[in-house]
Amino acid sequence: MAHKTLIQAINEALHLEMKRDERVMIMGEDVGANGGVFRATEGIYNEFGADRAVDTPLAEAGIIGSAIGMAAYGLRPVPEIQFDGFMLPAFDQLVSHAARLRWRTRGRFTCPMTVRVPYGGGIRALEHHSEAPETYYAHTPGFKVVLPSNPYDAKGLLLASIRDPDPVIYFEPKRLYRAFRQDVPEEDYEVPIGKAAVVKEGTDVTVISWGTMVRVSEEAAEKAQEEKGISVELIDLRTLWPLDIDTVIASVQKTGRCVVVHEAPRTVGLGAEIISLINEKALLHLEAPVVRVTGYDVAMPLFRMENYYMPNANRVLQGILKTVQF
Amino acid sequence: MATKSKANKPVTVKDVFKNKFTPYTLLNPDGTLNGPAPDLSPEQLQAMHRVMVEARVFDERAVNLQRQGRLGTFAPLSGQEAAQVGSAFALRKTDWLFPSYREHAACALHGQPWLDILKYWGGNEDGSRVPDDVNIFPVAIPIATQIIHAVGAAWAAKIQGKDDATLVFFGDGGTSEGDFHEGLNFAGVFKTATVFLCQNNFYAISLPRESQTSSESIAQKAISYGIEGIQVDGNDVLAMYQMTKEAFDRGRAGEGPTLIEAQTYRYGPHTTADDPTRYRDSAEVDQWKERDPIERLKNYMISQSIWDDGKEEALWEDVRAQMAKVVEDYEALPERPVEEIFKYTFEEMPWHLEEQLAELKDFIAEYGNPNEGHH
Repeated sequence: MAHKTLIQAINEALHLEMKRDERVMIMGEDVGANGGVFRATEGIYNEFGADRAVDTPLAEAGIIGSAIGMAAYGLRPVPEIQFDGFMLPAFDQLVSHAARLRWRTRGRFTCPMTVRVPYGGGIRALEHHSEAPETYYAHTPGFKVVLPSNPYDAKGLLLASIRDPDPVIYFEPKRLYRAFRQDVPEEDYEVPIGKAAVVKEGTDVTVISWGTMVRVSEEAAEKAQEEKGISVELIDLRTLWPLDIDTVIASVQKTGRCVVVHEAPRTVGLGAEIISLINEKALLHLEAPVVRVTGYDVAMPLFRMENYYMPNANRVLQGILKTVQF
Repeated sequence: MATKSKANKPVTVKDVFKNKFTPYTLLNPDGTLNGPAPDLSPEQLQAMHRVMVEARVFDERAVNLQRQGRLGTFAPLSGQEAAQVGSAFALRKTDWLFPSYREHAACALHGQPWLDILKYWGGNEDGSRVPDDVNIFPVAIPIATQIIHAVGAAWAAKIQGKDDATLVFFGDGGTSEGDFHEGLNFAGVFKTATVFLCQNNFYAISLPRESQTSSESIAQKAISYGIEGIQVDGNDVLAMYQMTKEAFDRGRAGEGPTLIEAQTYRYGPHTTADDPTRYRDSAEVDQWKERDPIERLKNYMISQSIWDDGKEEALWEDVRAQMAKVVEDYEALPERPVEEIFKYTFEEMPWHLEEQLAELKDFIAEYGNPNEGHH
């Protein structure tokens, strides 16, 4: 078992699945000869050729629209949108077609594609390169939305996504691409869609997060334990929708307190939905209102001030204290 | 046998423009003319030359700052100075400019201070706040989106009975986006005074121009919108000026928009995050450097006896000092208060942003500034 970064794990999953299933192909801007702007698709063009590692013209609606046709016809396309902020030209294709093809045709046509999208802030990137748009897709009926926080899950979730019969939006936390390494088995394995991970068990407060914010919340959980003696149960959602309601509710019933952490703006963010679900299913277990630690309701600032926007460990700690001291 | 009739021979659209386009050039690489010189005074030629040199030096400084971690990701323009300066020189002060993200030379020429351009790439939103009398839209990073804005502004001018024109820049890659189609189509229908300036530098990050579109030229795409299309040598500042000027004249006269394909080349990477050696070879870069736009204009001015080597040397020295000052001013900028990320979301701050701002201030008071040391 080798130590790998998250981006190596993604690359390995693509190689594996393209070897295993000849219907699988990648497509997008600079994904072929150049190996992707983050090198996620490095080596795939050389191994599988230009027909299965397609450098498309610069057109996101073109990429997603044609992937829909390919998927319906019988391929398993894995289109890449180069950055989170560039999904928008494809939004119509995604929302009006990919998400509802099964529904509209009563199952006659389906859209088994996995849209890979580098996601989120914290890498000093340019404008429109640091967005956290998960809410749009979780909100749209018909999408599964996945966002790993570590190399092991990245590989297993990508394999599960490509094999899933429905369209999956597979967000990749850019800040974690090369942030740390983890043991990742060489072989084929899946991390099931729809199953959260309890990263750390605890008794006083549940912290729910995903992507980069899982790492931030881990740091906050350690601080809470060391500095305040608070025992945090940390949940990595992994699949944002349909989320693992059983794991969330069981944890909140146990701790009675909850903090949701995400880097997307607060209003109508996924945190709002999670709090609604907790209110519906576990209200009488709550000892305090659920707290949100999120990005603010502003456009993502340019990189010089992005650390004001991005939740950090102290902000999560502050949220934990707020609910514990309620 | 029936008589041959031309009418019976189907004309296929694909063949109509085969080999029809060649880039229009006025100024040869050695500085000699092969056409009528545009009506430009020595002072105007020198002004063009100066901005091109400014852009080249700015580019070097910006790339170096990025390499040292003192600037964010930066999109260098070196090699494309003539395409930008020649076209933007045809703008009147009241005309509007819509850049993508590489048009530092065009923006500087139309009145954006170099310091503001550096600010934007340094992660400071104030850089997009152009002076009140400067009509330049902010950098558009989402590809081709700005094309339609330029149509709207020119359309508004027409509705208001003004003869202001708009100039919008995009690349060869941008022509693949749907917004390109929608923008050119609207402009054709509403006959707006818009110049669509495609800087075809032959690569969209790594994708070569011939893989971007099967069209033999980008200029010929104009035909499908019923508008003018011209292919120009983008490293020839005089041809760029002349063709853009004529396009504006037509636009202001109500004759509609023009698509200009300016063939040029970026010497450097797509951005400082890109490694161009992965997709193009150095021989190709060298070939283009032999057609350098700055050298070309310099040679022309020398041949016209309005310039000499001494003046050239003094100019570069002066511009280096100018850019050193820009960098110095950039680095001396004070840290901005945290309010900056909340301001300008709306004209008046609603309750929820007031709350969030207060929350962040309280956080900073208790836990320290999360942005400290983040430059």
